[in-house]
Amino acid sequence: MGDSIIGVKFSGGVIIAADQSNARSILVYQSNLDKIPSLTSHSMLGCSGPNADIVNFSEFIAKNLELYRLSNDDMILSPHAQANFARGELAKALRKGPFQVNALLGGYDVKSKEGELYWMDYLGTLQKVNFGAQGYAGYFVLSTMDREWKEGMNEAEALEVVKHGISNLGTRLLLNQPNWLIKVVDEKGVRTIEFGADPADC
Amino acid sequence: MSYDRAITVFSPDGHLFQVEYAMEAVRRGSTAVGVRGKDCVILAVERRALAKLQDPRTIRKILPIDTDTILAFAGLTADARILINKTRVEAQSYRLTSEDAPSIEYIARYIARTQQKYTQRGGVRPFGVATLLAGFSEGKPVLYQTDPAGTHSSWKAQVIGGRNAKSLREFLEKNYENDMEEGQCVKLAVQALLEVVDSGAKNMEICVVKGSGRHMMEESDIDVVVKDIEREAEEGKMGSAEGDE
Repeated sequence: MGDSIIGVKFSGGVIIAADQSNARSILVYQSNLDKIPSLTSHSMLGCSGPNADIVNFSEFIAKNLELYRLSNDDMILSPHAQANFARGELAKALRKGPFQVNALLGGYDVKSKEGELYWMDYLGTLQKVNFGAQGYAGYFVLSTMDREWKEGMNEAEALEVVKHGISNLGTRLLLNQPNWLIKVVDEKGVRTIEFGADPADC
Repeated sequence: MSYDRAITVFSPDGHLFQVEYAMEAVRRGSTAVGVRGKDCVILAVERRALAKLQDPRTIRKILPIDTDTILAFAGLTADARILINKTRVEAQSYRLTSEDAPSIEYIARYIARTQQKYTQRGGVRPFGVATLLAGFSEGKPVLYQTDPAGTHSSWKAQVIGGRNAKSLREFLEKNYENDMEEGQCVKLAVQALLEVVDSGAKNMEICVVKGSGRHMMEESDIDVVVKDIEREAEEGKMGSAEGDE
């Protein structure tokens, strides 16, 4: 619950923002964590949960998607297919050794030229959404996003919605989340818009 | 039940006939040539004449294993498919556990190990496939070969498959030079293939692997090389005819 992930779909892409703190109980391990790993060149997974599970799950899905690409003539699976594959793996693992990962999958579909955002949780729930949140963030931002999200927004407008959500959390959430990483995926691929602390600094 | 009985067993004079028969299956396959240059590796394969109703794009003999490693094979296509799929999974598995790309030596060793396993297990037969692996290792171009016995080795230039593999190898030995440029490597590979292939560019598939990436040569570009070689052959003939006088 401690990890806040916010996602917003706009016309031609998806923005996902995540806080950058890596903490347990009262201890903050690091404050420049990247919780939005890329799955393919045109999709990313904003993850909430223990660091081990986030890394394990996202790398596992990413490598399987890469295997698919190499085995299928360079074809990248659509975000819809990727999300369903990831959900399937979460469901399989649930009754064996669950991945404690709640995620937002944001991707760009080359066929429809649209951004697609999927909400999934560790139980294997999957839902395509226009905007979404994981963690405590949902309690605060889902209502504001519901009011502000519109069909056909561009990237700048979507970024406004996200930043409004982040500032809300800054005011109202007890947990201090000073650093946020914001990424966008569109036809050009996945790129970072801004970060609070550089994830590359180790 | 009796699937524990080995198919590949020694003959009294020390042969593994199943492995040798598998190599015969490779010889019946279409030819693949690999040439290593100063900063590139060329893989060239013979595209055997297809049935009229068949879509040529679905016949692939040069396939990617990993982003930086590609493979050409000779022999049983179905066996090759299985071997390649296993190897692709292994490459991704390596990337997942080691967070690093597998070296081309690792991949060659894996393929060879797999091929060897199938000569020493109950109920299975060897893969009727030989492979040519092209890629880069520590910045240098590298060409590996594996065969049904499960051996792997690095080559400057090699040919697998086809009835004339032995004479083609001699041809390569005679004409290979160290540190060739891309153009010279392509020319050598095409010259070798022209010995077995009938009518030129449309029966060849050529992949150029460089440090920066790889690409398949367009048929028109291959045509240019073929015409060049044919022209030189003509001039050579005319030259010697004049010399006779």
